[in-house]
Amino acid sequence: MAGELDVAYVAQLARLHLTADETRLFQRQLGEVLKYAEKLKELNVEGVEAAAHPVPIFNVFREDNARDWFTAAEALSNAPRKANNLFIVTKVVE
Amino acid sequence: MTKRDLPALSIVELRDFLRRKEVSPAEALRALEERINAVDDKIGAYLAHDLAAAMAEAEKADVTLPLGGIPIAVKDLINVEGQQCTCASRILRGYRAPYSATVIEKLRENGAIPFGRMNMDEFAMGSSTENSSVQVTRNPWDLSRVPGGSSGGSAAAVAADIAFGALGTDTGGSIRQPAALSGIVGFKPSYGRVSRFGLVAFASSLDQIGPLTKTVHDSAFLMNAIAGHDSRDSTSLNTPVPDYTKNLGHDLKGIRIGLPKEYMIEGVDPAVKSAVMTAVKQLESLGAEIVEVSLPHTDYAISVYYILATAEASANLARFDGVRYGHRAENVGSLFDHYARTRAEGFGAEVKRRIILGTYVLSSGYYDAYYLRAQKVRELIRRDFVRAFEKVDALVSPTSPSPAFKLGEKTTDPLQMYLADIFTNAANLAGICGISVPCGFAESESGKKLPIGLQLLGKALDESRIFQIAHAYEQSTDWHRARPASEVLAA
Repeated sequence: MAGELDVAYVAQLARLHLTADETRLFQRQLGEVLKYAEKLKELNVEGVEAAAHPVPIFNVFREDNARDWFTAAEALSNAPRKANNLFIVTKVVE
Repeated sequence: MTKRDLPALSIVELRDFLRRKEVSPAEALRALEERINAVDDKIGAYLAHDLAAAMAEAEKADVTLPLGGIPIAVKDLINVEGQQCTCASRILRGYRAPYSATVIEKLRENGAIPFGRMNMDEFAMGSSTENSSVQVTRNPWDLSRVPGGSSGGSAAAVAADIAFGALGTDTGGSIRQPAALSGIVGFKPSYGRVSRFGLVAFASSLDQIGPLTKTVHDSAFLMNAIAGHDSRDSTSLNTPVPDYTKNLGHDLKGIRIGLPKEYMIEGVDPAVKSAVMTAVKQLESLGAEIVEVSLPHTDYAISVYYILATAEASANLARFDGVRYGHRAENVGSLFDHYARTRAEGFGAEVKRRIILGTYVLSSGYYDAYYLRAQKVRELIRRDFVRAFEKVDALVSPTSPSPAFKLGEKTTDPLQMYLADIFTNAANLAGICGISVPCGFAESESGKKLPIGLQLLGKALDESRIFQIAHAYEQSTDWHRARPASEVLAA
């Protein structure tokens, strides 16, 4: 399994630019981590339920009511670029 | 007792002085500030602290409240309205929290003053605090060594008497391990016991906020303030919070403590092994019955942890997109370029490494082999603890396989760094509670005393029992009274 990790490809999926040096370094280091994790294959997990969570609570609902929350000014207070009470995003359509 | 000695007090001791009006909250805060100014340039625990704002709170403090007028340091990933919350990351440099976490509201309801933003591994990813993008934090017992991590700033500050107590977070040991390496008490609550609302998420199914303190009593006392149900955290447990200080002082007769045979592994430092075995004998002499137990899937915990924690982190960190908050790359071409460069410039190496690993184990074709399989093994690990706790009330082990290591010693080998969590991260996978208490010292080659931590694990929601056992042990020893040599911290 470990041989299949392609750091350059995964970095694209993760929207993360890596330098050539970082790509090489992570390829080696994460290869070692995945090799270590190979031992999970020793176990028979047939019929075992996957634990997404350590405690059995599911589907916590609340009434769909408006609550006091951020004003637009508060929500925008940390925005790197903003104008007219809006976040400025990078152009998404040509 | 002079004003100068105030910072050495525990939270409970300071509370008594404040209640008797022998000291005012403003005097306590000023004494703390003076010691921070004298000592923290050697330690590097504080990323920021705002004396003027805290002083305004101190002037109005109600000392009849449980934590009235007591400053509590906060790891820099828990939001306090108006204060920075950077997670020690470049991507959040300059970020000001527009709201407060539930734990902060609860601290304030109890009269405490959140004071100081503590250094940490970036986004809590690390075991030494060396992954901070801002500064190095040094171990107060030996300045050439790490304080542990990721809550290393919180731990070092409490150890150096530059904080009365602190909040940290524990995702795989990030409270217990730095507490052990810094010679203080660190407590990880059961999953769901303390609200995560307002905590910047690393791995949502593992993260818990908890106290780092000088004594077990302080730890229980802080837990009384921060535990409880919160409708703003859907994983918060809606069960009553007992008074965690109630069982303190009870003896250990009738208590059964398990010694997991899988934890007696090679590679544990001999001084750690010997201190822990001496502590086990001490627990026995206090009336506890020691029983050997088995946690058969122990050997798989690190693998499961680093698959699940990185998977959750890769999803949680997707929010850092350079639009709503945080760093944004300049002069980008496409939208893809905007994201990829913003994140490349904002995140440090360990965060990038974990995003890559987490994205990989969740990606099409590998999900079943890694992520799903790891979740199943997580269930096996959880069952190991359920079975063990049918036989015993608590488990005992070292907190960390070694005392504090040298700065730089493990930074080039991520796998070695990950193995520093070998005794702690199964508790996060299983959702149980645990504590680290000081249990002795190793000696470095240069003759410095290096603290050793004893870990006690309890079943989910059995924190009272863990506090009882830890307190009985602590009070029967002098380890918690030891302080870093004054020549290290000479003011």
